[in-house]
This record gives sequence, structure tokens and C-alpha cells, in this order.
Amino acid sequence: MQPIVQPGMQPVATTFFFYFLSGLTLLSGVFVVTRKNPVHSALALILGLLAQAGLYLMLYAPFVAGVQIILYAGGIMVLFLFVIMLVNIERSQKEEQFNKQWLVGFLAAVALGALFVLVYVKGKTLFPYRIAQPIENSNTQQIGVMLYGQYMFAFEIASLLLLVAIIGAVVMAKKRI
Amino acid sequence: MLNYITSYLSSDTTPGQAGNVFWAFVYIMVVFGGVSVAVMAMNWLERKALAHFQIRLGPMRVGPHGLLQPIADAIKLLTKEDIVPDKADKFVFWIAPLIILCASFTVYIVVPFGPTHAITDLNIGILFMLGVSSLSVLGVVMAGWASNSHYPLIGALRSSAQMVSYEVAMGMAVVSAVLMTSLHGLGPYGVGAGTSGTGTLSMIGIVQAQQEQHVWFLFKFFPLGFIAFGIFAIAMVAETNRAPFDLPEAESELTAGFHTEYSGLRWSLFMLGEYAAMIAVSSIAVTLWLGGWFRPFPNTLTGPTWDLVFSLFPGLSFLALAVIAFVGVARMPKHPYFRVQTIGLAGFGAVLGLIGLILFAPPVRDRIQDIFWFVAKVAGFMYLYIWYRATFPRYRFDQLMKVGWKVLLPIGIGVLILTAILGVLL
Amino acid sequence: MAPIGTLHYLVTAAALFILGVIGVLTRRNVVIILMSIELILNAVNLNLVAFSRLWGLHGQVFAIFVITDAAAEAAVGLGILIAFFRNKETVNVDEVDLLKW
Repeated sequence: MQPIVQPGMQPVATTFFFYFLSGLTLLSGVFVVTRKNPVHSALALILGLLAQAGLYLMLYAPFVAGVQIILYAGGIMVLFLFVIMLVNIERSQKEEQFNKQWLVGFLAAVALGALFVLVYVKGKTLFPYRIAQPIENSNTQQIGVMLYGQYMFAFEIASLLLLVAIIGAVVMAKKRI
Repeated sequence: MLNYITSYLSSDTTPGQAGNVFWAFVYIMVVFGGVSVAVMAMNWLERKALAHFQIRLGPMRVGPHGLLQPIADAIKLLTKEDIVPDKADKFVFWIAPLIILCASFTVYIVVPFGPTHAITDLNIGILFMLGVSSLSVLGVVMAGWASNSHYPLIGALRSSAQMVSYEVAMGMAVVSAVLMTSLHGLGPYGVGAGTSGTGTLSMIGIVQAQQEQHVWFLFKFFPLGFIAFGIFAIAMVAETNRAPFDLPEAESELTAGFHTEYSGLRWSLFMLGEYAAMIAVSSIAVTLWLGGWFRPFPNTLTGPTWDLVFSLFPGLSFLALAVIAFVGVARMPKHPYFRVQTIGLAGFGAVLGLIGLILFAPPVRDRIQDIFWFVAKVAGFMYLYIWYRATFPRYRFDQLMKVGWKVLLPIGIGVLILTAILGVLL
Repeated sequence: MAPIGTLHYLVTAAALFILGVIGVLTRRNVVIILMSIELILNAVNLNLVAFSRLWGLHGQVFAIFVITDAAAEAAVGLGILIAFFRNKETVNVDEVDLLKW
């Protein structure tokens, strides 16, 4: 599979929108990790998910952006907010927020980051700058054809997984089985 | 620069597709203003219609027949004291109405008022509308939680559970309508090969598929399209927390539910978001099942004479409204106290008549067709909302959830499977 | 400024991944740990979709599967959290030590 490379012009606004959206995503990530109140973390995560949907739109993936907004921001985060409301106790916000091994964890993450930087610096030639614009009008149709053709088995397995997850979550959260 | 502005006027796509930021901005302002005016008009119409359903008169004093009542309400709400509960989380308390407002108004980007009269035509139009309107659940949950009081919390939990449940039924109905866009054949049962049969999620594409198949999807595979429309019509009333599914915000049950602790401008933002969401889901229903912006019978009653007859409808409807206003003027009491109101109503009737006459002029007449029919159909749905509120008793919460999961969802899945089977066979 | 290429998206995804890892390793509140896991999954998704612009739609299809799995995992994880909270009344992950002697 060779990447398709063609010379092409980039619209001016793309740079601005990329930096704006990715900055918003990273900023919301920082807020998720550092806020004391879990509701504020959830709000920040919602903002990050919506900014990421914008990034998907810039990558010519409108269907994945739509799925992200419906499922992630509109479904999973509602579930998170429900559970936060159920288990939110004032006492937990007055305790120490970061655990005892925070320095070791931070250093491990920094080491991982150094590994990423090394990989990207060494492999810079693998990612060409100018790439063809994929066709956006039939993105949903093409994904549909691929989902129900090539990835049919994975699709059925995913639906089975969701069924198991529903039954498991209901059983675990019930008061009396 | 001027070339940039005028170059769009000769194109035949939406501003979003043409990439024209200026005209997209103009369209956004027009739609925003239109929806705000529609919300105020809806407020007045609801109070008057509910009153007449209950054999009373409704607001009569503020303007002639209460026409200035929404403005008085807006001024009252804007000047009320802004009360924030003491232990409430200030940031979440502030942002909850904004989330509902933004989610309800962002949906209007893809609402098609005509073949090129939309702000943009996304490839994933209907998916975008469903997704963004599901973000208002987050605002409801946060409003209830941030108020730090148990009535709003229970109301918010109930309201969000109800909205999430009926979103699933809405999704099933929408998918069966989207399935119908990929069919060939003309007429309700798809005889003959008339169309190319490409399925599409874009709003304008769905309406054009209805036009190519010569039938509203309401009547497609009768009664399947009708049942799907019925499921969507019931689910959209539950989705917007309106009667008979308004237990979470009913005054007699829960002291106004999740927006109990909000006062003044913040409460009016909730109301604005709720009405805007009502208009948005009604426009989804109109686009998917009722043929969008097309006049009745665009394929069977064709020809310049029929086009002329149907193009007179906008002007005639405004003239009818003007006649009703003048009848109201004639019935006003002949007392000096009512002089200002009589003059006001006569002026209002004159303005309506003038708009009606303008809509008879040929250049305006041709361009206003699509927008008029779309808005007329959505207005019909708005009246149905008020009718439901006046007529039906409230559902109890467990009955509500039972209807959503055990009645609407199985019927929706059944309709989807039958539509798919019929689509393959026919 | 250089035009926005694939590398920009990959660096954003890597930064998001590291933020998620920091969240998982250093926070004590179980709900925030679960949200950091969602951050990690989102970073992976961004990586997949960025590459799918070069090499076909397979990345986007896989990203949809990842979102589906994230939903299932969040549901089950939060169910476990609720069951645990009912027994011990705490959301501190240091106190999830029922199997320790």
C-alpha cells in the first residue's frame, strides 16, 4: 500500500484551525488530569472530545467525527456524569489528590515521551507533507461498504461485545441479583 | 473583496460548500434571528392556544390580544434578580444553560430551507443533527447537579434518563428513513427503476431522494413510513421534555425540575433552548418524512399553471392573517380605553397585509416558495406540540420509560427490518 | 510555518497519550483514572485517523471499533466502581485492596 502523494495547495485557515483545535484538546487533557472536582474533569473531557471531533473533520473523516460526537460526547460522558453524581462525596475532594508515587509515574511518562520523540525524529521521512485530498462526499458510503464487507466479522463480534457489556454492567450495578 | 461577495450569488450550492465565509455568516445571522423571532411567536401562540383550548382568553392586555406579551416577558426576565444558590458550583451553574443553548442552536447549520438555502450541507447531516442535539442531555444533568438541591437533581436525572431512552427510538426511526433514500423505483411501493438509488445522510440529499422517488417518505411502503414517522413524532416530543412527557419539569410534580434554582435570564436561556430544540427536531421530521421544502404534489400536478397556483399560497396566507386581524379590530369594544389597542391591531393587520402583497410580486414569489413550504410544515408541527400539551395527561415516569424501551424501540426495530426486507425485494 | 502534515497530528496524539498516562499513574480518584483511560483511547484514535488519510479507510473503520469498545469498557468499569462504592464508600483507588492481606 503506497501512500498517494500529489502536490497541492493548503487553505490558509487550516493552520489556524489545527493549532486552535489541538491546543484545545491538549489543554482540556491537562484539565482532566489536574482538576480536584471530577465534574470539572468531565466537562474538560467533553470539550476535548468535541475539539477532537473537529480534528477528525480536518482529517477528512466526517463519519468518525459524527460517531465521536454521538457516542463519546453524547453517550459515554453522560454515563460518566451519572456515575460521578452517584459516587461524588465531598470528603474525596478534601483529600490528597495525587498518590504517593506521583514522581515515579511522572518520570515514567516523561521517559515514554522521550521514546515517542525519538521515534518521530528518526522516522520523519515516512510521513510525506503534501498528500492528496481524499474524496469526502462518499466517505460514509465507503465506510459502510467496508464495514459490512471486509470487516463483517469484527462488526458482529463488536455487537456481541456490547451485549455482554450491557448484561455485565446491569448485573454488577444491581443491588440484588 | 466585492467580487468575493457577489461571486456567490450566481452559484447553486450552499455557502458552506462554496467555501464563502461572508455569505455563511449572513445565513447564520438570518437563521439565528429567524429562530429567535419564532421562539417569541411560539411563546405567544402557546399561551393563546392553550387558553382557547381551555375556554378562556389568555393574555389580552399587554398588546392587542396579548401580542406584546412575549416582549413584556423578556423585559421582566432580563431585569429579575440573578439568584445563585449558596453552595452551588458557580462555574457549572453558569455553563449549563449555555451548553443547552449552544447544542440547540448548532443544529441549525444543516437545516435545509431550500435546495441551496442551508448554511451548509454536511455529508453526515442527519448524523450531525442527532449527535449535537444529544449534547443537551449534558446540560440538563449539569443544571440539576449544580443547583445543589434535591428537587433539581431528581428532575435532572429523570429528564436525562428520558432523553437518552427516546434518543434510541429516534435513531431507529431515522435509520429506517435513511434506508429509504437508497431505493430505486417511483411511488409508494417502488415500481420501475427511476432513480440512481444512492443512500445519503445529507439533509438536502434526503429531500432530493424524496423528490426523485415521487413520494414523501411518510407514504413510502405504506404503512412502514407512517409508523416510522409516528415513532419519531412521539420520541421527539419526549426528547424535548414536552407534554405529555414533561414530568421532569412539571410544576405540580417537581417544582419545575432541573431549572428550579435558575431565575431571570438564565431561566429564559433554558426556555429559549427548549423551544429551539423543538423547532429543530420538527425540522428533522419535516425533512425526513414530509418532503422538506417541496410543495404538495410536485410531480403529479406539474406545469406552469399549477406552479402559479401553489406559488400564490404564501401571499394568500399572509392576507388571511391580515383579514383575521381586521376582524379582531372590528370586534374590539368601542370604548376610549381600547383606542390604542385598536389602532395597534389595525397597524399590525396592515403590516401583515403589506407583507402578503409583497409576496405576490413575481420575483419574490419564485424565491420564497421553498422557504415558505418548509416553514409552514414546521409551523404545523409547532401547533401539534401545543395541541398535545392541552389534550394529553402527563405520563408517570415508569410508564414513560416503559413506553420508550418496551413499546417504541421494538416497533422501531421491526419497522427497520421490514423496510430493509421490502427494499431488497421490491 | 510548515504546512500541516501527518506528523503534526501524530505529535498531538502522542502528547494526549502522555497526558492520559500521567493521569492513570498519578491520580487517586477512580473516576478520573477512568477518564484518563478515555484520553489514551482518544489519542490512539487520532493516530489511526491521521494515518488513514495516507493509506485508505481502514484506519477510520478501526477507529469506529475503538470507540465502540471504549463505550463497552466505560460501562463495565463504571459498573464495577458502583458495586465497589456500595461496599466501601470511597473512590480512592489506594483503598481497593480487598485481596491484600
